[in-house]
Amino acid sequence: MDKRLPIEVRWHGRGGQGVVTASRILASAALKGGYYLQSLPDFGAERSGAPIAAYTRISETPPIDRGPVYEPDAVIVLDASLIGQVDVEAGLVPDGAMIVNTADPKSASLRRLKLLPEQQLWTVDASQIAVALIKRNIPNTPILGAFARSVPVLDIDTMSHALEELMSETFPPHIVEANLEALQLGHDRAQQMNVEVGTNV
Amino acid sequence: MTTTQKPESGTHLPAPQAINGGEAVAYAMRQIDPEVVAAYPITPQTFIIEKFSEYVADGLVNSEYINVESEHAAMSACVGATAAGGRSQTATSGPGLALMYEMLWVASGMRLPIVMHLCSRSFSAPLNILCDHSDVMGMRESSWPMLIGSSPQEAYDQAVVMPTIAEHADVKLPVANVLDGFTVTHSVERVEVLPDEIAKEFVGEYEPEIWALQPGSTATFGTLDANDFYYEHKRQQVEAMNNALEVVRTQLNAIGEITGRPMNLVEGYLLDDAEVALVVLGSSEGMVRAAVDKARADGIKAGMLRIRLFRPFPVADVRKALDGIGAVGVLDRAIAFGTPGNGLLQDIATTTRSMSDRPLLMDFVYGLGGRATPKQLFRQAIDHVIEMNETRVEPDEPAYLGLK
Repeated sequence: MDKRLPIEVRWHGRGGQGVVTASRILASAALKGGYYLQSLPDFGAERSGAPIAAYTRISETPPIDRGPVYEPDAVIVLDASLIGQVDVEAGLVPDGAMIVNTADPKSASLRRLKLLPEQQLWTVDASQIAVALIKRNIPNTPILGAFARSVPVLDIDTMSHALEELMSETFPPHIVEANLEALQLGHDRAQQMNVEVGTNV
Repeated sequence: MTTTQKPESGTHLPAPQAINGGEAVAYAMRQIDPEVVAAYPITPQTFIIEKFSEYVADGLVNSEYINVESEHAAMSACVGATAAGGRSQTATSGPGLALMYEMLWVASGMRLPIVMHLCSRSFSAPLNILCDHSDVMGMRESSWPMLIGSSPQEAYDQAVVMPTIAEHADVKLPVANVLDGFTVTHSVERVEVLPDEIAKEFVGEYEPEIWALQPGSTATFGTLDANDFYYEHKRQQVEAMNNALEVVRTQLNAIGEITGRPMNLVEGYLLDDAEVALVVLGSSEGMVRAAVDKARADGIKAGMLRIRLFRPFPVADVRKALDGIGAVGVLDRAIAFGTPGNGLLQDIATTTRSMSDRPLLMDFVYGLGGRATPKQLFRQAIDHVIEMNETRVEPDEPAYLGLK
């Protein structure tokens, strides 16, 4: 038994940022890791720019809950401007991890986050990595790297293999390669911040 | 009668897939490779047809894919294709099924073994694309055997078995593989799939005895049948539906032998010593089980019964499963407006009325238009059923779980 499992992840982002795809890549990585998995979008109407949520569950037994994740072990926020607009902290377990895409860990948005002392805050400038490597602000693969770093259930190699396999079905090799690099950079550049935002741990 | 054997140990099994319920159905459709697939895109059925269109475009199937102008046309195309001697399949949801309604009866009346994948969705208005069983209830009397799964895995397993039920000589009826919209269609999970050759062998070739374009003995389908023999033809449909029950049981056993994942007409959970039970359809099963576990931890002898074969309703199996239980809560995910009881309650009440020591019944409405169905909801329902078991008074009105 892996004591870290089962794990439930909630994703927040905006339509077009690849929230649902990222959740699915994580689920595929879980399959590669030999686990049961579930990835499902929040069932609203998907529109570009609108707040979007998705859920990922990783476990050693088949999932029985096919509803929203109410008490996530990790929350991933792809767009920091959602903080304060959407209740991203809702239900995060007392020792859970919050992973935020931001260029500025001291920004006003980050200061609005309300975290408990035992919760972890991780940040990464996933948008910058995406723009530099993928040439578009689709921060989902770099933030998956940050997830692999902060919640070590699946290693970065497993994540890499899943990403490669899933993307190779639809994208040309140079785009797949750029995303793999973005995944690794997201992993390497993720930093844990003090929950009193703005100071390094 | 199929004689496909379980894959021998050492047989190369495909790796488990991380796919959603819609894609799992499409995977089975690729293996079945029907002559004709006709469909009109509608949420949440979308994944099935998107994925299957890819298979067509990539040349992985020989199917003729007809992107029709409406669901009425989709079922009409399936009727034509199957009457002409081919295998045909379609997929739809809620309002799409409503538009197809006339042709549902044409398909069953003409005794055509069409397979439809129904991704359950509410009816408008107000506009809602999410899951409930309004559409399931809307077709329950149209002489289609209907199986309702609870997970992407079951959506796949049932999809493989459906043609063998529909085409069976004692049945010859169209059949519906029901999967809950979004909660199954959009849920990406680990799905174990059969090797293509095993799935193909299990389903076999379609060999109709009579078809419209049969050289040398052409037949006519769906002719005028006024007051001379219409009644007798409907009586024959009753026989076919009755026959379907044991055919479904046999075929579920056969596929279960091959996959190692048993499927039954009804699935019970902790019923043996249960004093109270909940009866459910579809993907809420998991949370009902969780509520039963919670009740057991609280010292309540609760159990669960899920109905997989919704039509023909497995009366004997349900009676056996509910025997000895004092009080039963029936979970209805659709309202039958103005009736003395919602759909599943009507079935359970009719089924249990002749039992010598029949359980008391109460009805619960839940999950309409995709309203969340957490386990607390069903745990509350168990408390209501316990109370009824003590007072021994059956309420006339349903309780509305999770209503704001």
